Amino acid sequence: MIHFKSKLLNALFGLSLCGPYALGDPPLVVQAKRVLTATGSVIENGTIVCIDGKIKAIGKTGEVAIPENAKVLKSEVAMPGLIDVRTCAGLSGILNVEHDSDHIERSSPLQPELRAIDAYNPREELVEYIRSFGVTTIHTGHAPGELMSGQTLIAKTIGNTIEEALMVDGRAIAATLAEASSKSGKASPGTRGKQMAMLRSLFIEAQEYQAKRLAKANPKPVPADSKEFENKGTDSKESDKKKEDEPIVRNLRLESVDEVLSGKKALLITADRAQDIASAIRLAEEFKIKIWLDSAADSHLMIDQIKAAGLSVLLHPSMARASGEKENHSFQSASKLKAAGIPFAIQGGFEAYVPKVRVVLFEAAIAAAHGLEYQAAIESITISPARILGIQDRVGSLEVGKDADIALYDGDPLEYTTHCIGVVINGNVVSSVVR
Amino acid sequence: MRKHPLNTRRDFLTTATAALSVSAVAQSGFARQSPSSSDPNSVKKSRPIAWVNATLLPVDKPQIQNGVIVSSAGKILAVGEAKSVTIPGDATVVDAKGKWIMPGLVCTHSHIGGMGAADGSSPIQPGVRILDSINVRDSGFRRALAGGLTTINIMPGSGHLISGQTVYCKLRYFESSPRVVDEILIRDKDGASMGGLKMANGTNSQGDSPFPGTRGKSAYLVREQYLKAREYQAKIVAAKGDATKLPPRDLHLETLVEAMQGKRIVHHHTHRHDDIMTVIRLSQEFGFQTVLHHVSEGWKVAKEIAEAKLPCSIIVLDSPGGKLEAKDMTFSNGRVLDEAGVKVAFHTDDWITDSRLFMRSAALAVRAGMNRDKAIAGLTLAGAEMLGLGERLGSLTVGKDADIAILNGDPLSVYSRVVETWVEGQKAFDLNNTQDQLYAEGGVKAGSDIDPFLCCFAPAWQGGAK
Repeated sequence: MIHFKSKLLNALFGLSLCGPYALGDPPLVVQAKRVLTATGSVIENGTIVCIDGKIKAIGKTGEVAIPENAKVLKSEVAMPGLIDVRTCAGLSGILNVEHDSDHIERSSPLQPELRAIDAYNPREELVEYIRSFGVTTIHTGHAPGELMSGQTLIAKTIGNTIEEALMVDGRAIAATLAEASSKSGKASPGTRGKQMAMLRSLFIEAQEYQAKRLAKANPKPVPADSKEFENKGTDSKESDKKKEDEPIVRNLRLESVDEVLSGKKALLITADRAQDIASAIRLAEEFKIKIWLDSAADSHLMIDQIKAAGLSVLLHPSMARASGEKENHSFQSASKLKAAGIPFAIQGGFEAYVPKVRVVLFEAAIAAAHGLEYQAAIESITISPARILGIQDRVGSLEVGKDADIALYDGDPLEYTTHCIGVVINGNVVSSVVR
Repeated sequence: MRKHPLNTRRDFLTTATAALSVSAVAQSGFARQSPSSSDPNSVKKSRPIAWVNATLLPVDKPQIQNGVIVSSAGKILAVGEAKSVTIPGDATVVDAKGKWIMPGLVCTHSHIGGMGAADGSSPIQPGVRILDSINVRDSGFRRALAGGLTTINIMPGSGHLISGQTVYCKLRYFESSPRVVDEILIRDKDGASMGGLKMANGTNSQGDSPFPGTRGKSAYLVREQYLKAREYQAKIVAAKGDATKLPPRDLHLETLVEAMQGKRIVHHHTHRHDDIMTVIRLSQEFGFQTVLHHVSEGWKVAKEIAEAKLPCSIIVLDSPGGKLEAKDMTFSNGRVLDEAGVKVAFHTDDWITDSRLFMRSAALAVRAGMNRDKAIAGLTLAGAEMLGLGERLGSLTVGKDADIAILNGDPLSVYSRVVETWVEGQKAFDLNNTQDQLYAEGGVKAGSDIDPFLCCFAPAWQGGAK
């Protein structure tokens, strides 16, 4: 499912600054007093060599050969481009009006078939905004707020089209177990119980649909001595035969759900309250599906259950508001998940009003100020989200062979008064604004 | 669990009695709300406390490295370098080595405790008081103390052109919590509670009739009411105290008269550059004393704001947008306004931003180049001045209220924590206290069980922003 942009095409069409790298661009070298690699140890006075969009060498300055004609960038600190593990940027726009709000579709509570690639706007100002703080990869898509609101994708924060930006299409389907999904009046779902009933029914429907498709693809020979049809009417065999001849009408909704059942896609479940987290776990166990707990404000109360279920948490922004379903919000959730060994990443999340997007760099900093060790805070916005999202072979750390996605700072990246001074994606400088 | 000593009850009775004794004043004048002769929780008898070896940020003077500050009877008795301060013999001396001490933070714009002043019946309701809707048991007050705040201006929302009277509060949350709102009010020398008037323009205060649908109509409706108030005031003056000639009392117009007389500061929500100019125009026409709030596009008209001599209480948010009016919001707003000569304070707009992270607002302004001292003043003295309380609080100055925040490091660093907050010489927050840790860090019972009502915001599933 990972899409690699044709290098040749780029070279032919001369896409350079904002697009993926072009073959033949001069090599880029980044030198920093501190290089936070995310996976290895910190390199004091480090050099990173980027060629053809990839990291070709990394090590101590002086020990790494610098290619001729290389462009050299210098900074106090260099770290992997940041990854926002859950945002709606690009679907939910800066103006927050109808024409730039494509993160939620209200016509039905269950629409897993809605693809994020058909809604994502790579030129959205907020994508550029978060990039200017060092965010190079986002897992974005349909928002919380409907029982199943649609799909997500993974993209780099570049590109004039989604095709240029895309890393993974249809990574997950977003679901919400919360008051957020409840309707008023006679519309469903109106209760938490009904939410689960609707989700379970959908999965069962998808299982049956898939069984039918499989049966169609591999018709089972009926044994001569089968008693299966004994109690049916005399013409049952004939009608079954007729049914077999009917083509199965494609159902995009059930096909999408089937991709969760088959493990191709994860089910991202936004659930803050402990009982919703428990419901999510129950659903995962019943259907043997891969789920991610999203937001999960009560996760610090459900450590044992989450751990036992082997789940990863896409944790709400540290600065999410401590009210409503997040009334038990704790600045220490990240450190508690870390201590328990639960895989987690800190997200920018979805905001319905202001600030319209959150910057994961800031959110990790607050976690670091509330008990999360420094290295874990750095990991929570780099390699940890990469691993959860399954893109760790390409991004999330500064290692040879990975995409040359680098964020440069003039000091400790987590400190309030430090600036991001440059951002590199696929070996190209995509931002040099000082923020 | 916190104890509720008997004196809380006693204070409540004192307050109630005082309210009765000045009821005559309330009938004859304006702005007399549950007055009391003194603040019920202020300290009168406890021993002085002297913090020594501290890094002091007095705000009205340069930073002091090896400083001493002495609190006595709820006021600051002495402050300065170690060698220049005489510590009273009966003082409790606290070694504050490694600690930074600054004035308790002042938030000029907060919604802690509720937002319910004006209702949906009219866009202009100046007579309605936020005082009458505050829930003193809101956990948000304790969370604010965890952020080093000691004074807040509780405001009604921005969904009206004039949404009502604001109220200035001291966070007198000690071992025992306040039981009634009267215990947290800040009072003037006559014992009346103090507050301003909330006004708003731009899109938040627009809506279906009877609310305005355009900016022109918004300004017209406001002018119409102030002109009425002017006529009302003229009638009162003409009556020369003759009760038979006085117009019937009108709570809405009375409040507008107070604003025009400078007795009640107008706290004006405004974002876009043209809306800011409208506020300046109306302030000049009717002579009300105005603080511009939010001022997202203030940087576009900084020179004009400076010429009009209006102070700005700004909000700092992590990203621009959320609505068209806020799309050009930037961290550099504070720097640009300050450099143009505008007085700048910050505010939390709690629950929009969390009071526990108030210092972050100033830090992000410094990130964008704002002068560090000005940014710290923007958390303290500048805000106090914008509430008309600059003579009483906002700096570490002899004679001012002993409201202090004690930190374990530079207030503009993400890694620094407020370790204690003192209000009028009494400890109101202590990071070593288990219960206070809960408010500082979060967890069960630390948050608010409902989302607050906001004029122009609905949860995602109800459509988001207006």
